[in-house]
Amino acid sequence: MRPRIILLLVIAAFASVSFCFTGHPEAAWPLAQLDDYLLNILLMAGINVILAVSLNMVNGYTGQFSLGHAGFMAVGAYGSAAITQIQGKVLLETFGFLGAAAPVFLFSLAVLAGGILAALAGLAVGLPSLRLKGDYLAIVTLGFGEIIRVMLQNTESLGGARGLTGIPPRTTLGWTWAIAALSVYCVGSLVRSTYGRGFLAVRDDEIAAEAMGIHTTAYKVTAFVVGSFFAGLAGALYAHMICYISPEGFSFMKSVDVVVMVILGGMGSTAGVTLAAIGLTFLNEVLRQMQEYRMVAFSLLLIVLMITRPQGLIGDLARFLPGRRRLKP
Amino acid sequence: MKRLRILALMLPLLALSACKKAPSDSADASASGDIPIGEFASLTGATASFGQSSHKGTQMAVDEINAGGGVLGRKLRLVTEDDQSKPGEAAIVVRKLISRDKIVALLGEVASSRSLEAAPICQQAGIPMISPASTNPKVTEAGDMIFRVCFIDPFQGTVLSKFALSKGWKRVAVLTDVKQDYSVGLSQFFKAHIAANGGQVVSEQSYSSGDKDFKAQLTAIKGTDPEAILASGYYTEAGLIASQARELELNVPLLGGDGWDAPALVEVGGKAIEGSFFSNHFSDEDAAPSIQAFLKKFEAKYGQKPDAMAALGYDSAMILADAIKRAGATDGLKLKEAIAATKNFPAVTGNITLNAQRNADKPAVMLVVKEGKFRYVETVSP
Repeated sequence: MRPRIILLLVIAAFASVSFCFTGHPEAAWPLAQLDDYLLNILLMAGINVILAVSLNMVNGYTGQFSLGHAGFMAVGAYGSAAITQIQGKVLLETFGFLGAAAPVFLFSLAVLAGGILAALAGLAVGLPSLRLKGDYLAIVTLGFGEIIRVMLQNTESLGGARGLTGIPPRTTLGWTWAIAALSVYCVGSLVRSTYGRGFLAVRDDEIAAEAMGIHTTAYKVTAFVVGSFFAGLAGALYAHMICYISPEGFSFMKSVDVVVMVILGGMGSTAGVTLAAIGLTFLNEVLRQMQEYRMVAFSLLLIVLMITRPQGLIGDLARFLPGRRRLKP
Repeated sequence: MKRLRILALMLPLLALSACKKAPSDSADASASGDIPIGEFASLTGATASFGQSSHKGTQMAVDEINAGGGVLGRKLRLVTEDDQSKPGEAAIVVRKLISRDKIVALLGEVASSRSLEAAPICQQAGIPMISPASTNPKVTEAGDMIFRVCFIDPFQGTVLSKFALSKGWKRVAVLTDVKQDYSVGLSQFFKAHIAANGGQVVSEQSYSSGDKDFKAQLTAIKGTDPEAILASGYYTEAGLIASQARELELNVPLLGGDGWDAPALVEVGGKAIEGSFFSNHFSDEDAAPSIQAFLKKFEAKYGQKPDAMAALGYDSAMILADAIKRAGATDGLKLKEAIAATKNFPAVTGNITLNAQRNADKPAVMLVVKEGKFRYVETVSP
């Protein structure tokens, strides 16, 4: 079996179990003692999986170094919060005929809107800037992330520097892991499709790809838009999990966190970055006992891992497997 | 082969989730043991200096209470978690404190943004929370479980205006940092109060944090001939504003809020900042016996002088201990009512009464910069 399929199975198992816990973690299931804390770590892990897998689409598969992922996440978070919090009352009344399902319907609408808004932002940033390469693109995306943050800081209707409070807690494990599975599936199948080979071609040798008739800019923009869409979904889930968002939560450091997951997991390996995203989320909690030495230990672990496995956790597993077509150089 | 590898990679994860589960079975707090109290603070990261200060104050208060026999015949056990000054992290550590450590009440945070993450969680879980130093009015609006022991932004604006009027300064110019919410709020309430009490704002100018040149704004201010200037931003710009004002021979005193409270104010401002005033939570020169006793104990324990954050951290723990004593129980609802009933509590940062909005009604102190030191001038009541 391909790793992607195993991964999907694992995530699907996660998701199906999660649906049992929708809303009230204490209510059911005596076997699994899912308290609030563990629930939150699992939610965070799911959101991180979505972020890492979607950034991997841009950084790993298409080879474009983006440092603005937190910016797209912010667009999704604020976009969805605008629907459920700022316009929440009015919209809930509008959908009042749905009865008890109205809040859930509104939330799904909000998540989708967050993703679409982020995708549009990705398109707007991608079209002009993806003509740049390497370091230049990194700087442009970094700049974009900061612009979003400063704009949010100065938009009074979105809470300004004080942030937006009172977002309803709607994110559940089911939602999170279902979307995580969706992102793994979409990115995985996209890259392995006939059309998707173009992404790898752009990454491996842009000039050669162009000579073969591949519209490199179109491919890069597509990767960027897909990546931003899922980042937007992750942002929407994050907003409805923490219930409070402020511009400083989507700073450059958040983007770096996601880049670390992608590099640690292995650029261009969906299974790898998924594991890295889950692993780093849990590692952060395991190391909590070390108190102020936590960040030292965390960084040391990263250094050791990068020295011993520069290709990432399962970055080049494909090389060692006989009888399988190699996708990577 | 392939499957094995993947499974092998999954194993550590499973192990991790398994070992996370273990403590929850054993951490059940019984009614006779210690009383677990949670604290979340930014011990590392961008605002680590604030978090460490407030943590030291809180820890000292808990040690002191325990040395005196604890409350209700039980000792307090402070469980501290670091949130790395990171948004998102605060929500997780607070959930951990509540569901794993079974805390009865929560103390923290200094930064308003992280208190705002924790507040809805505590409200929902029915755990009272006392913030030592979050001045954003929205924090306690999260619900009736959320309290604070510091004053809020609007109050400081009013205090500064009262002080200016008492000094006989009726014509005041206002210089606001539009990027900082704190500064905008302060200026807004200052203007409202002074205009309603016979004063006049002669000029309103603005800048953004990080600006280095304020000559244009100061020249405009000079033309209106003010008796004082309110610079409501942080210490970084206040020092520069002072020195550039003196270069323009604009020799009127500057006024500021607790955002000035940093040694860097004098390092940047030098001679120019001398004779300027700012409001703060407490002064180590205040002769009140409670403050002098606190200073001595703090210096003996940590070998350094406490700042306002340490004093507020100390107060938050003391008020909580007092409330537990009065409630005679540790359950959330009774505790909440006892905290809300706090009246005239003799705290280090002034006598604290919690009002209906669960904010502290208490005086602020005015400090003056003199020979590079912050000297106590007077206490201004609300």
